[in-house]
Amino acid sequence: MVDAVISLERTGRTREADQPSSLVVQFGADKPLKLDAGVELSPFQIAYQTYGTLNAERSNAVLVCHALTADQHVFNRHPVTGKPGWWNTLIGPGLPIDTNRFFVICSNVIGGCMGSTGPASTNPATGMPWGLEFPVITIRDMVRAQAMLIDHLGIETLFAVAGGSMGGMQVMQWATSYPERVFAALPIATSTRHSAQNIAFNEVGRQAVMADPEWRGGRYFAEGTKPSRGLAVARMSAHITYLSDAALHRKFGRRFQNRENPTFSFDADFQVESYLRHQGASFVERFDANSYLYLTRAMDYFDLAADYGGVLGNAFKNTKTRICVISFTSDWLFPTIESRDIVHALNAAGARVSFAEIETDKGHDAFLLDEPELFTIVRGFLDGAAVARGLPASKR
Amino acid sequence: MLSPSHPENSSLARTPGTSRVDLLVVAGMVDRGARLLDVGCGDGELLRLLEQKGVDGRGIELSREGVNNCVAKGLAVIQGDADTDLADYPDDAFDYVVLSQTLQATRHPRIVVEHMLRIGRHAIVSFPNFGHWKIRLKLLAEGQMPRTDNLPDTWYDTPNLHFCTIKDFRTLCDVVGARMDKAVAFNAWGKPLRLNAPWWFWNLFGEQAVFLLSRRSK
Repeated sequence: MVDAVISLERTGRTREADQPSSLVVQFGADKPLKLDAGVELSPFQIAYQTYGTLNAERSNAVLVCHALTADQHVFNRHPVTGKPGWWNTLIGPGLPIDTNRFFVICSNVIGGCMGSTGPASTNPATGMPWGLEFPVITIRDMVRAQAMLIDHLGIETLFAVAGGSMGGMQVMQWATSYPERVFAALPIATSTRHSAQNIAFNEVGRQAVMADPEWRGGRYFAEGTKPSRGLAVARMSAHITYLSDAALHRKFGRRFQNRENPTFSFDADFQVESYLRHQGASFVERFDANSYLYLTRAMDYFDLAADYGGVLGNAFKNTKTRICVISFTSDWLFPTIESRDIVHALNAAGARVSFAEIETDKGHDAFLLDEPELFTIVRGFLDGAAVARGLPASKR
Repeated sequence: MLSPSHPENSSLARTPGTSRVDLLVVAGMVDRGARLLDVGCGDGELLRLLEQKGVDGRGIELSREGVNNCVAKGLAVIQGDADTDLADYPDDAFDYVVLSQTLQATRHPRIVVEHMLRIGRHAIVSFPNFGHWKIRLKLLAEGQMPRTDNLPDTWYDTPNLHFCTIKDFRTLCDVVGARMDKAVAFNAWGKPLRLNAPWWFWNLFGEQAVFLLSRRSK
């Protein structure tokens, strides 16, 4: 029974990692991806989705960058889970990132497991999944790959690049690597460098994966195993960091799960335990364990200022990009202070920056949730930028 | 434009649909296409006004609500504090740095004005004049901290920490080495006082004042 489930999942893995249920562009030997690790990835592919229509001037494209465990399925139903798109609160017809006005692009990051080349993809040299043979990638590598996709789509300048969390890191990288190609940038709940605390949490997650005997040094596909327990624990611990004490208390308190009294055992007596177990179990259905290692590593290595002599302001010198930084009061994973550092650096560089902190008790995850103030701000910022860009004004 | 619509109404009361008189005066002091920082920009009224003049405006506002309203209007505004955050701006980053109706609410007015003159080629400061005859009379007659239509807060529940008179402000300008390029004072009806009036007259009959300053060349 268990084996049957695993083999079904493995089929799913193969299908989405190599033949994604989305658009895909393949880059052959003539177009290698130069990685920060000093090696080239070639051939490779990028899986992506688009929504809306590119205008004749090719000036209305919005690139959306996804967070650690999300993917290119921003607005449509997810091909594996059947759940609605992960940012369908913000992106869609008439919504702040309005698909009636903008051409929205979202690609699975390099290193991901939903169709862009990553450790779960088949290594053409061996015919087996890459596993740990896959080179370590960085946020800048992800952005380089996205730039190749944008070139492929024939778009010179993006009207906007938007994303939260790891997606926000990509937004900041876009704004510094390709400032002339980004008219407006929306980094949300993010930072220009991963803090020691965040690296620590990521390390706990990775160690949980690696401690699972089924992980087999990363060769679990070849050995027909799956490190589900380890990955589930990684997800559980990470999930806590996406919420807040207040949100957990509001949602679960100390309430018991379908029982009146404690069982005096290690069952999931508390609702919060049951919730986390569910989060862990459903995550492993759709995510590759090695991919989780690579993407968390990419976040850890991210330190934008390091490329500019340690002075973040230099990263934005002479930038013409309009930037709107947004943070949330209860986000302790990417606290407001880190957004403020971005804002100070942008001010020092004379950039056109807006910064709003939104009051909520929902923690880091607030950027994905129903936060009316977030919607108003994103809409206002993009409308203002659209006018400056000469795009038709919002009909609302 | 500067004439009062309702003489009973305080001149600077925020009548819906009209801009505060001092903001119009500030806007009139700014050249087209300039780069400007509005410190304590509130709901972005001045920035909006200046947008029409092609001014590249930025704002700092303390209240989260004010900031979020501004950003939702497409203005480049950040949440920040005049007392602490001006230090982060480089020298000569702007043509103008504006502080309207905020000076009296800062903890260190002198340092704030010094930063303004460092960050911008010009500083524009508007403030309520605590030397106005009504305020003097109230203190004399009632023996209590004066409350007026324009300054309605009680002493124990006010954001204002450092009131000053027009005369006091001129002293501050000397202390920080600012040159006064222009000054305007209004009476209680929002009417500018005669330009050739002596300073004591302004100090007595001006309810509000707006100063355009620049760095005194060394």
